[in-house]
Amino acid sequence: MKIDKIIEITQRFPEKLSRRKLLGGAATAAVAIVQTAKGQTIQKAVPENAIYEDPTKKLGTLAGEIGTRSPFVKSVKKPSDISSRSPLQDFYGIITPSDLHFERHHAGVPVINPNKHELVIHGLVEKPLVFTLADLKRFPSVSRIAFIECSGNFRGGKENLTPQEICGLTSQSEWTGVKLSTLFREVGVKPNASWFLAEGGDAAVMTRSIPVKKGWEDSIIAYAQNGEPIRPEQGYPFRLFNPGWEGNTSVKWLRRLELSDTPYYTREETSKYTEPIKDGKFRIFSFDIDARSIITFPSFPQQVEKGWIEIRGLAWSGRGKVVKVEVSTDAGKNWQIAQLNDPILDKAHVQFRHLWQWKGEETEILSRVTDETGYTQPTLKQLFEARGNDGGYHMNPITAWQIKKDGKVLFKPETFK
Amino acid sequence: MNKQRYLLGLAALLFFGIALQACYQAMSKESEPLQNRPVQSNEPKVLADTVPSSFGYGRNATQAEIDRLDIDVRPDGKGLPKGEGISAKGKVIFEEKCVACHGAGGIGGPNGSLVTNKTPTDKRREKTIGNYWPYATTVFDYVRRAMPFNEPGSLSNEEVYHLTAYLLNANGIIDEKDVINAQTLPKVEMPAKNLFVPDDRKGGAEIR
Ligand code: HEC
Repeated sequence: MKIDKIIEITQRFPEKLSRRKLLGGAATAAVAIVQTAKGQTIQKAVPENAIYEDPTKKLGTLAGEIGTRSPFVKSVKKPSDISSRSPLQDFYGIITPSDLHFERHHAGVPVINPNKHELVIHGLVEKPLVFTLADLKRFPSVSRIAFIECSGNFRGGKENLTPQEICGLTSQSEWTGVKLSTLFREVGVKPNASWFLAEGGDAAVMTRSIPVKKGWEDSIIAYAQNGEPIRPEQGYPFRLFNPGWEGNTSVKWLRRLELSDTPYYTREETSKYTEPIKDGKFRIFSFDIDARSIITFPSFPQQVEKGWIEIRGLAWSGRGKVVKVEVSTDAGKNWQIAQLNDPILDKAHVQFRHLWQWKGEETEILSRVTDETGYTQPTLKQLFEARGNDGGYHMNPITAWQIKKDGKVLFKPETFK
Repeated sequence: MNKQRYLLGLAALLFFGIALQACYQAMSKESEPLQNRPVQSNEPKVLADTVPSSFGYGRNATQAEIDRLDIDVRPDGKGLPKGEGISAKGKVIFEEKCVACHGAGGIGGPNGSLVTNKTPTDKRREKTIGNYWPYATTVFDYVRRAMPFNEPGSLSNEEVYHLTAYLLNANGIIDEKDVINAQTLPKVEMPAKNLFVPDDRKGGAEIR
């Protein structure tokens, strides 16, 4: 039997199965991720007796250098060729564990030596300057908890989709760094600068044009994530972070900012990250992430039992705070206000929950969020009515889950073509 | 007496400690929630903004340093290097370095078409340079910075000019004999120039 299959089974029926039956003679019961002395991460087999014997009768593992996940927990991203999705259905609270933060890059994750990487700021500035990582860390630092979402974050079309597959290209961290406005003052941004180009040091040499206004407002050059240096997948040694904006604008592995009086119309803001609206037109420079929510429990492929169920999920808006999440347990006929768990932060994932007594009827459960601008998450139909039905970037429709008579939960795909 | 002095000292310590910490948070001009808060009389006051006009961190960028990195090209042609290209030479380079991923003639490769197929077999029209790119300068900028995918940054400026000329000609935008250089490229009118409208979503009740 494959080892990860065993983990899955032990997770579901840890006490019901006899270990001999379960293991079928296998020497190990599970694998744990461990760190070697050289800092390499490897998978190490956990001997079966370490798991099945009475833990009060056996000295445990001694204190180590790096924490581990329980061998009974398997929570992983779902990679494709170009991205990797966060397992939203596995999350508690609002912080995404850094190693489960979604990934999207256009030419892989570069290996960057921080001693050889610098940030150059030039163009329409009084004083073109070069900053090392150490320089950036000397400036007054800020921290904020906020989400990042790729604007191409909607999948549908079939029933057997998990929250991770539907919209796993969003994650949330505490980002620490220096405000871009602090650096703008340091270089003396000229009054006629209206845009800046942000350029990455990866093999795509990723570029996006950003209005200077955003830089004065709330952009951060982030060098840390959840208390540790930013991970390579997230832009080590530092990245641009534009709170509330489509993820691609938060250019990772940042190496250069050029102040300009016009946008650059890079490939990533013309050929990509533009979306159809009506009358054969396409929207360009669509930065804000529209408010969105999704029920993450119950969701496919779970099966629920009759009785009380706490419906749980995440809600967020790129335009500010979430003010309300409503949940419907009768396919959208009636809506109830869900509880929001603190903290409710600006441009951040918020956790919502709603108690529901399921009596075994077939139904659909849905959630919709309203943000502080008064925007309420639309249905897919409303989005198609507003923009035409070609889909594209910035799709944030209400997600419905079908609850079958036997308790099986399935995504509800919608089509209007 | 002694006790009183001790307390005063403690209060002063507390005051400066908090003020010091707070001035960091209150430094930037664009958000001063701390200063807007009503201050109670027994609460230590937050010091006014004390951001220095310059921290003096970092070092001056030399022009050579900037030039080495500054590879972007704007629609007005700013950033285009010396050199020029023609379609016929671009075709030869394309067939050697690009065809495997982008298809013969830039149509139908595993990594997407670059050229509009005039006789599409598929109902869904593929987005290409010919029907979806608003500025010709973007072709030069993107190919130079990111292609070929397996060997990014390996092309000479001359090669990029030739490839740009080839891709524009294959899309029926320029003639076979047209020379592409820093003067001519920004003047090329792209079919998709007027396809795009700036974002008009602004929050609020309306779905856009
Ligand atoms: C090994 C495969 C490969 C080779 C070889 C290759 N490309 Fe690409 N090309 C890609 C991939 C993959 C993408 C998409 C990258 C992305 O989305 O970030 C791409 C994207 C492009 C685009 C943008 C297409 C669009 O519509 O946005 C252009 C233009 C392009 N390539 C030109 C070239 C040229 C010119 C060459 C030859 C010098 C070349 N490519 C060689 C794989 C390749």
